[in-house]
Amino acid sequence: MTKTTGTNTARGVALRLEGVRRVFENSLAVIEGMDLAIDAGEFLAVLGPSGCGKSTLLRMIARLSAPDGGRIVTEPEHSQVAFVFQDAHLLPWRTVLANTVLPLELMGLGREERRTKARAVLDQVGLAEAEARYPAQLSGGMRMRVSLARALVTEPRLLLLDEPFAALDEITRFNLEVQLRDLWQRRGMTVIFVTHSISEAAFLANRAVVLARRGGKIRLDRHIGLPPERSNDLRSDPRLGQEMKLLMGAMEEE
Amino acid sequence: MKKFLPPLIPLVVIALTAEVTVRSGAVPSYLVPAPSAVLRALLDSRDELAAAMAKTSAAALIGFALSTLTGVAIAVLLSSSRAIQRAFYPYAVFFQTVPIIAIAPLLVIWFGYGMKTVIASAFIVSIFPVIANTLTGLLSTDPALRDLFRLYGASPGVTLVKLRFPAALPQILTGLRVASGLAVIGAIVGEFIGGQGLGSVVDVARTQQRVDKVYAAVLLASALGLALFGLINLISALTLRRWHASEATIE
Repeated sequence: MTKTTGTNTARGVALRLEGVRRVFENSLAVIEGMDLAIDAGEFLAVLGPSGCGKSTLLRMIARLSAPDGGRIVTEPEHSQVAFVFQDAHLLPWRTVLANTVLPLELMGLGREERRTKARAVLDQVGLAEAEARYPAQLSGGMRMRVSLARALVTEPRLLLLDEPFAALDEITRFNLEVQLRDLWQRRGMTVIFVTHSISEAAFLANRAVVLARRGGKIRLDRHIGLPPERSNDLRSDPRLGQEMKLLMGAMEEE
Repeated sequence: MKKFLPPLIPLVVIALTAEVTVRSGAVPSYLVPAPSAVLRALLDSRDELAAAMAKTSAAALIGFALSTLTGVAIAVLLSSSRAIQRAFYPYAVFFQTVPIIAIAPLLVIWFGYGMKTVIASAFIVSIFPVIANTLTGLLSTDPALRDLFRLYGASPGVTLVKLRFPAALPQILTGLRVASGLAVIGAIVGEFIGGQGLGSVVDVARTQQRVDKVYAAVLLASALGLALFGLINLISALTLRRWHASEATIE
């Protein structure tokens, strides 16, 4: 995989959340009056304890659920959004290639065009050799890479990830984080990455927000002061440790 | 051979024990015939039994096919909204609770003697497991995958064909396995009242005290049920072997 430097922000989506509110059936406001602006091409990590509304926020941004108050503005308005879930959630009866083409199939693209695009993205995530295999024949890390390929095949301008690597072993997770960061740099999309992991947020993101336990209040909104190139060598860098310490401090204030 | 040997051993042991027990006079042959007598009845009445078997097979297969198509269609309809499900599902349970032997005379009044009554009986008895299992499967679709389909603008029809139906296939096939045996039972019960087929052979042989012939006909009915069950197992193996744990051949 080739490395590129810098970020191409031309393809990303800018987002603005204005007074966003989401109330569940038990009348508990999971998110109450959230304001947040996200620049085009930004890699934002959203951190917070369980139940603080991170996933709810992501679903509203993906328009899978509507806010009960406030609004979410995207610029440009109608942009391709992709979502990566906590588990790979592949269709077990489809091969790797057939899973990857699925979004293009649902969007009505022709067979040859979608297969060409899917093969290109499978190559990018290092799964070109596995296209004929079924999900049950793959490791957890490979399944997650198929899920990532399925999200990227539509060339999204906004990529939403909901704790995608939480269930993986540490080495697989480290390698996938480097791969994701590299894909982001090459594609210039906006990425919103929800996670529990402080080290993951600090390593991956350019900016991290820490949410409070209740109401989706933002406790910390911080630019991550690390170089754009992030390989596994960075994991022992004291600057990463410093960023993690700051994020942990905001989490512990809870 | 390794696959067929374990169930064959108890069959041979039971047949030999029955043969010895009946021949020794410990059990009177008018209650339980010796396996050799059943075999003789099978050979002596082979033309009659073959014709009866063909009729029962046709009725059971048609009834089973109808209950599969109708059951799946009803389940798709019921799964389309909670309101429809609440309104109509209790009536689907009717097929599960109806005492077929009690309504079989009604079927004769509605459809007359013969094939139609037998098919209707097989259909009524076998449709509920298809509805119940298909409905369970259709309602168990992974919510994250439903979200994924919504995200890419899939219509309800496309979601049904490309996601909900294939995801429900293991449960649908479980329903069909249960329904296949019930369709044969339903056909035999229908034939008691509606005439023709193995059910009629059993009924007539019973009145003639031909217990060996009753057993021969019952044996054929069981073989028919097993064949249908085997057919569904084959379909299940072919469709699920690459991805579902129940039929997994993958490493």
